[in-house]
Amino acid sequence: VAIVGAADVVSPNGVLKKTIPALHAQVVKEALDDAGLRPSDVDALFTAGSTPMASLELAEYLGMRPRYTDTTMTGGSSFEMHVEHAASALAFGLCDVAVVTFAQTPRAPGAVGPGQRRRDWDPTWPSPLIEWELPYGLRLPVGAYALAASRHSSEFGTRPEDLAEIAVSTRAWAEKNPRARYREPLTVGEVLASPYVCEPLHKLDCCLVTDGAGAIVLSRADRAMHLKKPPAFVLGVGSCHTHAMISAMPNLTVTPGVVSGPKAFGMAGIEPPDVDVLEAYDSFTITVLLALEDLGFCAKGEGGSFVRGGRLGPDGELPTNTNGGGLSYTHPGMYGMFLLVEAVRQVRGEAGPRQVKDVDIAVAHGCGGVLSATSTIVLGSRATV
Amino acid sequence: MSTRFEPPVSDLVKPFWDATRERRLVLQYCRADGKPVHYPREACPRCLGTDLEWRPSSGRGSVYAFTVNHVPGSAAPQLPLPYVVALIDLDDGVRLMSNVVGCAPSEVRVGMPVDVTWEPLSDGRALPLFTPRKG
Repeated sequence: VAIVGAADVVSPNGVLKKTIPALHAQVVKEALDDAGLRPSDVDALFTAGSTPMASLELAEYLGMRPRYTDTTMTGGSSFEMHVEHAASALAFGLCDVAVVTFAQTPRAPGAVGPGQRRRDWDPTWPSPLIEWELPYGLRLPVGAYALAASRHSSEFGTRPEDLAEIAVSTRAWAEKNPRARYREPLTVGEVLASPYVCEPLHKLDCCLVTDGAGAIVLSRADRAMHLKKPPAFVLGVGSCHTHAMISAMPNLTVTPGVVSGPKAFGMAGIEPPDVDVLEAYDSFTITVLLALEDLGFCAKGEGGSFVRGGRLGPDGELPTNTNGGGLSYTHPGMYGMFLLVEAVRQVRGEAGPRQVKDVDIAVAHGCGGVLSATSTIVLGSRATV
Repeated sequence: MSTRFEPPVSDLVKPFWDATRERRLVLQYCRADGKPVHYPREACPRCLGTDLEWRPSSGRGSVYAFTVNHVPGSAAPQLPLPYVVALIDLDDGVRLMSNVVGCAPSEVRVGMPVDVTWEPLSDGRALPLFTPRKG
């Protein structure tokens, strides 16, 4: 199975003055054009986030009658999960051409969170979140990630400077991406001087809030070989989720990435040193640090020292979030689609000024909820199959 | 005028809230293994059994992790800033979210021993908060 088409839409000021369905139509069309396929070729639809029956409404709007459908909703990692599920469905012959699509406009007037309806926050409707977390003034999602950063810091001595390094390296990549929201150089001092949101996380430890959309197209490898562009082969997939609320997370320094990462790497037959480019969900700087440890790029607790000296940046040994990430490129509530689109571009060698040399293995690692659900996708170039 | 979001009372959690009216902290236990369950459920997340009962908590614990909020919480009405949101590991063996009060936010540490204290809600219930243990 391979990803054969990819497209995304962002805006320099973060605002796209289009409706969510219009953005879906645009990115699906662009991703199909990228693959050299037509809308009538699509027989499987994967999406999450817009509405509860998202694929029914979207397929109708797009004029599709899918014979395979999936609206798995795990927050930011939804689209990595969709790749995993699409790969199984394609391998089983349940469909031939799968489209995974995402669009969200949190900057639009009256927007609510991904997958939310207004009554999800109705205080008269008891739920574990409403009964056991919100009365204590938790700010979601940032407060949950701040709790994880607090625990990591106390267990392992991770410093605010270490987390800031991640924002700085990511910004250095964004400087090379003309489509990124923020492109001015950033220093550790500037991250630490930005206002606290939820200590120990500063404003510049946090992702953007932008409009955005993206889509990818998958097919089996035999067909992929005869399409318009070089395929990005799906070499390994893995997913896991451990909790929904941060107070129910078993250990705040260990994410489900310890399961999804080794599953995906094992299936692909790779080890962390084989990874040429890492696209790791950066809702917050701590999200990346935990992913580096849980995927095995460094030992548990050593993420802080690992990221020092620009190791994740353009001149570093582990190029990470090469489009500028959720921290500096775009982040429309759920960022997982953009991890995949950038990984595909890096494998194909079409990332322009930010292209990493000789990319054979790219990893997209999604993380959704409050460190709740991870999904890891290993993509490979032609040389890897 | 309350500055705190007051949670609704479900049938399931009513015994917990009733105990708070007497400033007692109770936890749900599974009778099958004798261990606590938090948050309260209709079924034990270990065995899915439904033989559950309420028992008193020690009200003693320690700070597992904390954050100092410099921005409002997600639910209105909101607390005066800044304030400490913490995960408390109770000696009884469960972790719950709460606030650490009775000291400056800058004095809170991970691992700090804490005891339960109560903040009255508008209807006679109270929220269990935590304060640094004295002595």
